[in-house]
Amino acid sequence: MIKAILIFNNHGKPRLIRFYQYFAEDMQQQIIRETFHLVSKRDDNVCNFLEGGSLIGGSDYKLIYRHYATLYFVFCVDSSESELGILDLIQVSCSFVFVETLDKCFENVCELDLIFHMDKVHYILQEVVMGGMVLETNMNEIVAQVEVQNRMEKSEGGLSAAPARAVSAVKNMNLPEIPRNINIGDINIKVPSLSPF
Amino acid sequence: MPAPIRLRELIRTIRTARTQAEEREMIQKECAAIRSSFREEDNTYRCRNVAKLLYMHMLGYPAHFGQLECLKLIASQKFTDKRIGYLGAMLLLDERQDVHLLMTNCIKNDLNHSTQYVQGLALCTLGCMGSSEMCRDLAGEVEKLLKTSNSYLRKKAALCAVHVIRKVPELMEMFLPATKNLLSEKNHGVLHTSVVLLTEMCERSPDMLAHFRKLVPQLVRILKNLIMSGYSPEHDVSGISDPFLQVRILRLLRILGKGDDDSSEAMNDILAQVATNTETSKNVGNAILYETVLTIMDIKSESGLRVLAINILGRFLLNNDKNIRYVALTSLLKTVQTDHNAVQRHRSTIVDCLKDLDVSIKRRAMELSFALVNGNNIRGMMKELLYFLDSCDPEFKADCASGVFLAAEKYAPSKRWHIDTIMRVLTTAGSYVRDDSVPNLIQLITNSVEMHAYTVQRLYKALLDDISQQPLVQVASWCIGEYGDLLVSGQCEEEEPIQVTEDEVLDVLEGLLVSNLSTPVTRGYALTAIMKLSTRFTSVNRIKKVVSIYGSSIDVELQQRAVEYNALFKKYDHMRPALLERMPIMEKTASNGPTEIVQTNGEAEPSVVEAKHPPPVTQPTNQANDLLDLLGGNDVVPVIQTTVPTKPASAGGELLDLLGDLSLSGIPPMTAYNKNGLKIDFTFERANPNPNIAVITIHASNSTEADMTDFVFQAAVPKTFQLQLLSPSSNVVPTLNQGTVTQVIRVLNPQKQQLRMRIKLTYTHKGSAVQDLAEVNNFPPQSWQ
Repeated sequence: MIKAILIFNNHGKPRLIRFYQYFAEDMQQQIIRETFHLVSKRDDNVCNFLEGGSLIGGSDYKLIYRHYATLYFVFCVDSSESELGILDLIQVSCSFVFVETLDKCFENVCELDLIFHMDKVHYILQEVVMGGMVLETNMNEIVAQVEVQNRMEKSEGGLSAAPARAVSAVKNMNLPEIPRNINIGDINIKVPSLSPF
Repeated sequence: MPAPIRLRELIRTIRTARTQAEEREMIQKECAAIRSSFREEDNTYRCRNVAKLLYMHMLGYPAHFGQLECLKLIASQKFTDKRIGYLGAMLLLDERQDVHLLMTNCIKNDLNHSTQYVQGLALCTLGCMGSSEMCRDLAGEVEKLLKTSNSYLRKKAALCAVHVIRKVPELMEMFLPATKNLLSEKNHGVLHTSVVLLTEMCERSPDMLAHFRKLVPQLVRILKNLIMSGYSPEHDVSGISDPFLQVRILRLLRILGKGDDDSSEAMNDILAQVATNTETSKNVGNAILYETVLTIMDIKSESGLRVLAINILGRFLLNNDKNIRYVALTSLLKTVQTDHNAVQRHRSTIVDCLKDLDVSIKRRAMELSFALVNGNNIRGMMKELLYFLDSCDPEFKADCASGVFLAAEKYAPSKRWHIDTIMRVLTTAGSYVRDDSVPNLIQLITNSVEMHAYTVQRLYKALLDDISQQPLVQVASWCIGEYGDLLVSGQCEEEEPIQVTEDEVLDVLEGLLVSNLSTPVTRGYALTAIMKLSTRFTSVNRIKKVVSIYGSSIDVELQQRAVEYNALFKKYDHMRPALLERMPIMEKTASNGPTEIVQTNGEAEPSVVEAKHPPPVTQPTNQANDLLDLLGGNDVVPVIQTTVPTKPASAGGELLDLLGDLSLSGIPPMTAYNKNGLKIDFTFERANPNPNIAVITIHASNSTEADMTDFVFQAAVPKTFQLQLLSPSSNVVPTLNQGTVTQVIRVLNPQKQQLRMRIKLTYTHKGSAVQDLAEVNNFPPQSWQ
């Protein structure tokens, strides 16, 4: 079972936090800090599994993580169910699927997208993982389902007002940190430079 | 009140904060605004406010005041509200708060909603954080949705059912009928989650497991289709069709096939097919292969298949990807017990992994290497392992050292090699070896009689180099104490003997006593070693001086030793040579190999050194088994204890109380046997530590004119007792009562039953062999009460 899915950036700032097991708020923040601490120390050449850490669930757990550009995607997996890392390798692929889906939904996703569309990212994740278990891995399915629901929201007016306004709000901002090049496994994504504003 | 700011607005604002304090301030301001907005029961902007709250919650700020608002959102009719409301509920609520029960009704309604996405939201929430009460209430709805033809809902219902079963296992039965045609679905999402559901049910209930075994053919078919089917763009991941589903099915097959011959046979073919056909260049291929290997190892597969599996693992070891190597090593570790030979073939690759940079891989490789050591490869393996010991991180050294000792003990090709290996470990990782290895090593050294000179010389040289590693120093000082005479006489055969004078040796030992690096335990060893040398060296005066100095040491342990040694020099000088004699070969209390029979004098030499050294123990021979055969008795069982409980010897306390344990306890002796001139008397003592043990000494005397030679005494006791025979003083009973043969029997009588014994005597008298059996029933009551 997946105990938690954490996305944070190179400085440890959380971008998406989803726990599938109950933890008190301060525990959650501590887990995020400890996970970042463990994961940021790792060289890029070592394996993507980390054992040890005794914070989550009291007993041992495994961290499976992937580093994409400025973001860490971390899956905290129950190591007892993982039994010799049964799902480890596949989880690495699962994170891959998640990132690919994000990419499709946001059209060349970058960290800023995650920052400003936290709710959307949650909704996408909800279609991939449910209750700590992998729900759907067909990216087209996921994207299609998310789009329908987004359209339903839009027709009601959405969270904010008309989406056009949101876009203009983004355009008017200072964007100092756009990663120019994102390497997601086999895909090389070049971030288009926005028109000057 | 102006409209509350939008989520993105808030995010933008917070990101402009330059310090933590600034951020906190902004958040507090916004929280206040949100709170007042909530108070106004504003329906339009509630969703926006909750979204902002969730964002702040992610950053670590308290957001509990939004919990009720989430519930209101869930109850709303708008999809937007429900969506953010349910998300808020999943992030902010849990079953510890009573508030969550208020959701139950909403979820129930939404599970029956006309829009499938609302139903989906409800299923998702229930499946993530539903408490047992909620699950009980809503299980029926979930079960209904499990049977729907809508694949979007069906797959969510399946995972929701898994959650329900985890929370309320008794409800598992309820979902059984709905599982009937789950596997005939075409939709992969449904298939995937169905397999998860089936797996959960099989893992929880052996009955379910038996029930679902009939699904094996269907699962095999699905798997086959996945492999054989052409390219399917929807499910393709790096060229493999829906690897997630394949992995899940393989896992379920493993559970179903374990321990069941028929199922295992049904899967053999498909497993072989997957194992040989899967593309291994990408991560996903390896994931499937790995899962296949695990399945093959767990079910009752043919040996050919198992070898194939292990070879796949071996190939993994050569993969560039560290993840694969790590995972392969872990699995090999599990299979090395059962398929030892197959794993041996990959030994060199495994040993190479010792040099990997990754810590996790190194650890796995080390454990696996130790498991693979055997009599044939011990030399080569040990070289690699010692090299590893030299260069590894401190966290490994203790385990590696213990492993090396164990392996060396089991498979040492020669005594010299064994001692060299131990020396190497002590000198390279000396501070990391475990405490119990010191007495083990000492016992080992005493056993290799012919190597004493070589050992003490090497240890002496090591001491000259470095006195910081305590275990090394302790072993070395013990050996120098014992074999110092060999050292100064330069008798070493194995290597070039060195010239050492007595004074140099004493210098080294005294150096240990004064050095800051030595622990109190080490000092104790050193002092005792110096003392022992008083019988082996000639420069006794120097030793006397050292000993008397330490009589006023602050360390109580040292002081006591020194005082008693002083006493040895003064009042008890006549006993000194006997006491400080060479130690006899020590028998290990628990050894791995066959134990040896060691003859001693039957007198235990009081150990003035550490109490860890067990007193000499003799092994009763197999003759007692013959006794049993002869007697053919059903109720008389000689149970042979192979260990003697170690008497905790207080350091020096027993010096003057040599026979402390064997005080006569006032039980009258008795005659057990008296026939043909052979008389056997029993005298009794009680062993002090354990009142249930009676110690009987037999005295055999011979009143005829000829000696009785080859005298053997055997005994057997009823099942409720335990018996131990120590070795006799001799096996010749001299004629005309000129002497007696004594032998000690220890009887454990925990139930305090009446002691009975059958004895068998064999000896040669006047050229002919005599054998006799007798029952001894006249034990005095005090001996067994």
